Formats: sequence, structure tokens, C-alpha cells
Amino acid sequence: MAVEYRVYPAAFEYFAPRTVDEALELLGRYGDEAKILAGGQSLLPMMKLRIAGPRCLVDVNRIAGLDLLRREGDRLEIGALCRHADMVESPLVRDLLPIMTDAARQTADVQVRHRGTVAGSLAHADPAGDWPAALMALDAVVRIAGLGGRRTMPLHEFIVDAYSTRLDAAEMVVGVSIGIPAKPSGGAYVKFEKRAGDFAVASVGVQIDLEGDRCRSVAVSLGALGPTPIRARAAEDVVREAAPSADRVDRAAELVREAAQPFADTRGSVEYKRHLAGVLFRRAFAAALDRARGRQVETIHL
Amino acid sequence: MASPVQIRVTINGTLHTHEVEPRLLLVHYLREVCGLTGTHVGCETSLCGACTVLVDGKAVKSCTMFAVQADGCALTTIEGLAVNGDLHPVQEGFWERHALQCGYCTPGMVMTAVQLLADRKRPTREEIAHALRGNLCRCTGYTHIIDAVEHAAARR
Ligand SMILES: Cc1cc2nc3c(=O)[nH]c(=O)nc-3n(C[C@H](O)[C@H](O)[C@H](O)COP(=O)(O)OP(=O)(O)OC[C@H]3O[C@@H](n4cnc5c(N)ncnc54)[C@H](O)[C@@H]3O)c2cc1C
Ligand code: FES
Ligand code: FES
Repeated sequence: MAVEYRVYPAAFEYFAPRTVDEALELLGRYGDEAKILAGGQSLLPMMKLRIAGPRCLVDVNRIAGLDLLRREGDRLEIGALCRHADMVESPLVRDLLPIMTDAARQTADVQVRHRGTVAGSLAHADPAGDWPAALMALDAVVRIAGLGGRRTMPLHEFIVDAYSTRLDAAEMVVGVSIGIPAKPSGGAYVKFEKRAGDFAVASVGVQIDLEGDRCRSVAVSLGALGPTPIRARAAEDVVREAAPSADRVDRAAELVREAAQPFADTRGSVEYKRHLAGVLFRRAFAAALDRARGRQVETIHL
Repeated sequence: MASPVQIRVTINGTLHTHEVEPRLLLVHYLREVCGLTGTHVGCETSLCGACTVLVDGKAVKSCTMFAVQADGCALTTIEGLAVNGDLHPVQEGFWERHALQCGYCTPGMVMTAVQLLADRKRPTREEIAHALRGNLCRCTGYTHIIDAVEHAAARR
């Protein structure tokens, strides 16, 4: 090249395989030195700052068939190339799992949503990521492909720590599968951010299945309140198998605060985030219950 | 240096063919290789939206995509909006409603607004503000920018 252009990231070899098998073959060949490039909305910022410097990038954006979003029986199947924006716009998702529409709409900004993927968010496992937090309140299973074959893993097993998962270097996430709750059910995801489009200071997802006026099952997940998303199981126990009274919700909010393991950072102190966890739980619980009862409610104010 | 890759990109209707280093960011490709300096680099860290362009009709931050990834795509940059010297309705809105001061954020703001109006005929002020979350402006306080997008929506 005659002219030297401005560059920020370190040099890498670039591959754009057309099939999952080709991608896996490249990952096998380059091992730890390779990285998958999906939406690039977490990886590129890190490469520009040279926090990440892979020698080889396997761009999976040209693999056909990974952008499918469809219902298969009682599960919603989300291909690895489904973008945040696809989830915002999908009427299927809004109808079956409004908690996911909430999460999608509150993730980043429209430009980032056009490229960032659900699967990439899970693989990245940011403690403040919205998909890990919201999907932890659901029956979410990660579909993984490796040279040896395919396997599935529940999301709560997949994410092991901040930014770390059970994925091997030569594996890739090919999709995410979500169990569709039987109606009447409803879910909501509520996020608090310091400035528009930022990661969460704290977030709470609640999914409720009703039977009459009792909560047959309740799932409560907390985001940005620990190294991984946390299921507040003690809080769930208080509201499960009962009609949700004010007393029970108070007690559950208390247990949510106890379940949170926040760390202090520029977004807030431990005390503040713990308090927020309780507040957001109340909001998410109320919205989830309303939706389970067939009411239309918004969790974000545009 | 990693092996250069050949790309073919249609920018504002014109086909460009170049060999690029894989690590070249799309925004630097547009500005330095193609000479299209209307797209600005603001923060360089994926936060400000000054570098927003449309890739196959979708607003993206061109500092957060590699040029090689645009191979085979159709791009629209701020230079591609006016037709024969007639401003695009969003550009006209910015003009009429004084939606810029220093102008640094303007190309990105306009591109994001163009995308919004392609999806929604008459967005509310709240929807406009929500759509522009990824675009920072250090001068205007945003009110006039929202006015401008409203103006453009009403003119169509
Ligand atoms: C300005 C800005 C604001 C943001 N705000 C938010 C926010 O509010 N909430 C939020 O949750 N996120 C936010 N993000 C992050 C964004 O959601 C990313 O899209 C997401 O974290 C990663 O998805 P991706 O597809 O972009 O992954 P990439 O950046 O391409 O990859 C991230 C990591 O995951 C790996 N990976 C990706 N796909 C796969 C796969 N299929 N199999 C195996 N490994 C894979 C990559 O190798 C890499 O290590 C923001 C990003 C930006 C730039
Ligand atoms: S320069 Fe691209 S987001 Fe700021
Ligand atoms: S007009 Fe100066 S940054 Fe927006």
C-alpha cells in the first residue's frame, strides 16, 4: 500500500467464512489467537483501545441461516446473527416474551442495535449486559457448535464469571433457545441508566406465570448487581404459589436487596445500587403482573 | 501487516473498489481512502455517533465497523443526501430550525434522523429523542435538533 492510513486496532488476518463448519475450522486452526466477530459492538471498542488484539478475526456475519428468528413448538429460536434491532421490531417476540422487547429497546442506541447480536452479548458476558440479565429470568439455553459436534447449555451454567463463559476457544454460539411460557404469563425488564444509551447502573427482570390470581412460578434476575446476572431465588420463593400481596412484595424486595452483590464504581456506590435493586424489582414485578393479567404496560418512557 | 483484502463498496450510488488492510475502520476508509470527509470522527470510542452512516439502509457507527465488512454493501453518507443541490428534508429542517452550532455532530445527527424517518412517518418528539440517543451534541442542547426532525417529518 502506497499510503499509510490511520489505524487504531493491531493488525489481524481477516476471514469471512460462509458456513459454521468453515468458521469452526478457522477457530480450530488459530486457537486462542482467533476471535469471532459478530456485531463488533463490544469487540471493536476493545480492539481500538488495544485491550483486545486478536491475530485472527473470524467474521461470522456472512454465514447464511444464522439470522433466523422463529417459533418452533414451545420454544423461540434465535439465530446467532439476530441483532438487538431485530428483537425490538419482532411482533412475535413482543407477543410471546415482552420482557425481551423491553431488554432490546433499552440496549444501547439504534446504531449499536443495528449491529450488536443477542448471541454476542451472551458470549461477551458483560456483568452489566442487558441480554444476560433479561434472559436469566427465562428458560434460556445456549446452542453451541464445535468441531466435535453440537451441544446445548442452560444460560446460568454458560456464564461463569464477569466476561467469562464455558465456551471453548474452538467453539461458537450458533443460537439461543427460549422456552415460551404458557399463558397467562407476563414479564418485564426494567433498567436504570445514568445517561441515555449507557450500560445499566442496575437492572431487574421478572417473569411471572399465573394460575388464577396466584403466581404459579416467578423468576427474578438481577443485572449489573454482581459479576454475573443473579437469580434472586429467595425473593422468588416469597411470591411463588401465592396471590401477590403488598406484604409479600415488600418482603421480596427486601430479599432482592440482600441477593444483590454490587460493586462500587463510577455508576454508584454499593448502598445506592442495593437500594436501586429493590426499587427496580417493584417496578418490574408490577409491570410483569399487569402484563400477565392481559394489560398493556410500558416499562420505558420514551 | 496482514494481507490486504479487496473490497467493492457502493457509496452514494458510485462503486468503489480498493485494497484495504483488514484493520482499517470504515470511517477512515470513507474519509481518507475515498476522500469523503463529511462523515466526522468525534469520540473514536463508539459513543458519540458523529460517524453515523447508512449501511444497506441501516444507521451504524462507521468507527465501529471494519471497511472489509462493508464489502458488497450499499452505503449512504451525508454527501449522498442532497439531490442536484436540493437539500434532503432533514438537512432543510436543520437549516430552518437552526439545529447546529459548531456542526461537528451534524452529519451523524442527520443520518440517524434520515433512518428514523425512513421507518416512521410522523414520530413524536419523544420518539425522536429516543432515536437520537446514540448521537451526542455538545452545543445545541438538542431541542432545536428535535425541532428540525419534526420539521422534516411534517414536510414530507
Ligand atoms: C455505545 C455502546 C453502548 C452499549 N450499550 C449497551 C447496553 O446498554 N447494554 C448492553 O447489554 N450492551 C451494550 N453495548 C454492547 C452491545 O450490546 C454489544 O452488541 C454486545 O455486548 C456484544 O454483541 P456483538 O454481537 O456486538 O459482539 P462482538 O462485539 O462481535 O463480540 C463480543 C465478544 O463475543 C464473542 N462472540 C460474539 N459472537 C459470538 C458467537 N456467536 N459465538 C462465540 N463468541 C462470540 C466475540 O469473539 C467477542 O469476544 C453497547 C455497546 C456500545 C458500543
Ligand atoms: S466517532 Fe464513531 S461513535 Fe464517536
Ligand atoms: S452542533 Fe456542536 S456538537 Fe452539535
